Amino acid sequence: MKRADRNNPIFCLLLPPVFWLGVWQLCALLVDRSMGGRGNELLLPYPATVLAALTHLAGTGEFWESVLLSLLRVLAGLVVGAGLGGLAAALTCAGAWVDRLLSPAIRVVRAAPVASFILLVLLWTGRDQVPVVIVALMVLPVVWDSLSQGIRATDAQWLELARAYRFSRWKTVRLIYLPGLRPHLSAALTTATGLAWKSGVAAEVLCLPSTALGTEIYQTKYYLEIPELFAWTGVAVALSLLLEHLLRRALARWGRRWSL
Amino acid sequence: MRCEELTLSFGDKRVLDHFSLELPLRGITALRGPSGCGKTTLLRVLAGLERPQGGQVRGLAPGDTAILFQENRLFPWRTVEQHLTDILPREERDRADNLLSLVELSEERSSYPGSLSGGMGRRLALARCLALPARLYLLDEPFAGVDLPRALRILDRLRKTDRAFLLVSHEEPILSRADQVLTLEGPPLRVL
Repeated sequence: MKRADRNNPIFCLLLPPVFWLGVWQLCALLVDRSMGGRGNELLLPYPATVLAALTHLAGTGEFWESVLLSLLRVLAGLVVGAGLGGLAAALTCAGAWVDRLLSPAIRVVRAAPVASFILLVLLWTGRDQVPVVIVALMVLPVVWDSLSQGIRATDAQWLELARAYRFSRWKTVRLIYLPGLRPHLSAALTTATGLAWKSGVAAEVLCLPSTALGTEIYQTKYYLEIPELFAWTGVAVALSLLLEHLLRRALARWGRRWSL
Repeated sequence: MRCEELTLSFGDKRVLDHFSLELPLRGITALRGPSGCGKTTLLRVLAGLERPQGGQVRGLAPGDTAILFQENRLFPWRTVEQHLTDILPREERDRADNLLSLVELSEERSSYPGSLSGGMGRRLALARCLALPARLYLLDEPFAGVDLPRALRILDRLRKTDRAFLLVSHEEPILSRADQVLTLEGPPLRVL
């Protein structure tokens, strides 16, 4: 193959998924052989079997309802967690005593096993609210950490200018802090989005809300519907990547004009 | 405006040592002197950004001065025009046009600082400083990187604004247009 062909964008885009689908197909074939052609769907189904299961699921109303409700729960948790993380960052950077009080608590939240939180929150709230609370709790420390670093790294010369030019507090936030925090917010939100999906779906699997992607995953385990398990997992991954992509684009658009 | 017995040290380095100076709050006063002699520190004290350990400044209240820093300190995310409208009160935003034409930047009103040359950035920083209401403008090398004919044209326009300026410069043609030139030496700072 010529070098120009290898740099073709369509080729570059398609090569990784085709390669990994090939690896998956090969592994499924090996499992199928070792099982003597009996029951490999319980261990590692073929990609085509998973695609058929996904097509079947996508034809049902429950599928879209579960996907939509899980998406809304994750988004709600992401918004609440990012908001609280931003507020905590502002407070801990504003005062040494607030920092001494809040920072250890946020670090404990970050270090504690997510399963413990899921079970505790399940005791305190309804099962439908648990994923929102868990996602918010997982996102908060990530956003707090990144924005705190950003606030502390704000150029001292700009802050001195704000003081000398008699900027109000709000004007300093609007003209100096917020634009300067964009790269930190971008990094925090892309990391937090992946974490939000992982923790949100984990919470759904453990708490079984009435309609949820995680509840469907639990059901597939219960009834040993492994192709459906792969299909639901693929949907979760695709939604996470899509959300991350949309966030990246929105944040890039925010800073595109001045970074030219 | 009178500085009386100003004293200021940074660690072991005494930059101002019982420094006194009297300046009229009108026209253009220029300061010249070698780098590091304490000119910038004097401007910062007058702007209220450094608190002297001794002495006092008489005749200037807080908010009476506006300082142009040695660095431009522009915001990469604000346009040329926004740099001025951010400073000007809402009812005076049409003054942005006058300020832009004063520093010859009208053509660049929609540009971002990243696309400006060094001299343009300096002129924008100057216009932003002039957008502040003040009795005395403290300009630290206002024409660094600005070509001399343009700098002289801007200086002539500044003179016509009937405001008071205390500026630092090393350029002889600029110094020659000032009403008063003080030659400084230091540290510690003293008037020759």
